[in-house]
Amino acid sequence: MIEPVFSVTRFRMIKIMLWLVCLLPAVFLAWDFFHDGLGANPLEALTRRLGEWALRFLLLTLSMTPLRKMLQQVWPIRLRRMLGLYTFFYATLHLLCYLWFDQFFAWREIAEDITKRPFITAGMAGWLLMVPLAVTSSRKMIRRLGRHWKTLHQMIYIISILVVSHYFLLVKADIQAPLVYALFLMVILGYRLYKRVVYMHQRLKNRYCNAATGG
Amino acid sequence: MLIKRAEAIKPSEITDKTLYLKRREFIHSTVGMFAAASLLFTVRSRAAKTGDGNRRSLDYVKKREYSSDEPQTPYPYVSGYNNFYEFATDKESPARLAASLTVAPWSVVVEGEVARPGTYTLEDILKNRQLEERIYRLRCVERWSMVIPWIGFSLADLIKRFEPTSRARYVEFTTLYRPAEMPGQRRSVLSWPYVEGLRMDEAMHPLTILATGLYGEVLPNQNGAPLRLVVPWKYGFKSIKSIVKIRFSEHQPRTTWNRAAPREYGFYANVNPDVDHPRWSQRRERRLGEFFKRKTLMFNGYAEEVAHLYKGMDLRKYF
Repeated sequence: MIEPVFSVTRFRMIKIMLWLVCLLPAVFLAWDFFHDGLGANPLEALTRRLGEWALRFLLLTLSMTPLRKMLQQVWPIRLRRMLGLYTFFYATLHLLCYLWFDQFFAWREIAEDITKRPFITAGMAGWLLMVPLAVTSSRKMIRRLGRHWKTLHQMIYIISILVVSHYFLLVKADIQAPLVYALFLMVILGYRLYKRVVYMHQRLKNRYCNAATGG
Repeated sequence: MLIKRAEAIKPSEITDKTLYLKRREFIHSTVGMFAAASLLFTVRSRAAKTGDGNRRSLDYVKKREYSSDEPQTPYPYVSGYNNFYEFATDKESPARLAASLTVAPWSVVVEGEVARPGTYTLEDILKNRQLEERIYRLRCVERWSMVIPWIGFSLADLIKRFEPTSRARYVEFTTLYRPAEMPGQRRSVLSWPYVEGLRMDEAMHPLTILATGLYGEVLPNQNGAPLRLVVPWKYGFKSIKSIVKIRFSEHQPRTTWNRAAPREYGFYANVNPDVDHPRWSQRRERRLGEFFKRKTLMFNGYAEEVAHLYKGMDLRKYF
């Protein structure tokens, strides 16, 4: 059993601080937007930067489990929900920017985009799959869903692949930035796969040993 | 030769100036509903910090018959929002990175199907040439557009001087390749050097110009100094920058973006709202500085002048 390193009140303080820090990108973006700091095409820049922040928060959320195992501490898991909800927050703003400033809520053209353009399909699917995760993030829902909660929230792996594909498929020629995110995702998903394989191997070995000793 | 020109723009079609001057306020206030709190901050404009160090004016005449009356895109946008992959793939870095590009001395190699091939210095190319102001719309394939007062001269006048042979059916242009000064060329994002091309009749069209300046001044490096092509009815990537070679040939040149993604960028690349880019619709565009998108016009609004060049061609096939 690993003892928590922070007291309850101290941890609450840390959570409040983190909540504020996570809000900073939005605050800076708003400041830049209203002070002509987003260049010649501010609406496009706003959409793109919100998308980038959503992706960063998604990867940060996914890093919490490996971080817990590496540090042997539980606090990363206790921050995971907030990071996940911030992912949804930035993704939703990003989507709203597209619906509003790019398409001006022209639903027919939006539908056309979703069906005809793979990068939009991937991005939209990623956001839609995030909705149930955000909805079921409360303590009450966790309790109500029981063991199904974990299965449901494993959808985050599919979402992360959709979201990185969304970025990959939209760039014109320079794949450097999406490549960096894709490599990071491969590392944190690869870590889980590795752990899983080690675990399965261990279990098989134990079973074999137990059988051999007649236990 | 019969040259067709568009009728003058009706006064009713031009945005009222006071409204136009308030456009940014409009954008701000509309989006402000989202973040009302942020409206507490005062809105002040900040000119983009670009390489304005050596701005020099040019002598030119205004060519009204070819020019648009639309409001011009502000200089900081024109010189601060550039697609120039030779420097970087984002829009803001070229202004900074291109400042140190050596643009003098400059010469252009002319070769292929011409009676007078050779290496021509920029001074030679510009000698006794009357520069003109042409206010053109520029429509990028990425769905944004500008209105730019170019300073330049008719490409046809220059081409005549080289005396192309009867076999010259296409013109191929090449951009400078100098990785030491163009950091973007150190990565193989595209196949360097950048190559673009036109059919001979497109190159000889009176709307097609070579630009050496904009807003009455020498072309900023990030806009393709010292010599760039401007073909206003085609997507922006056709208007090749910093030209060092002009080649005349019988065969259609293999152009850079077409090689990179043949399904997405055709040789013709005429602005066409009815032919989608595979990843986005080309029906609308955002004029920089405006909130709402406007409808993209066939041949970027130059249909009356250029549509006859493509008579009988399937523009879906030859996109």
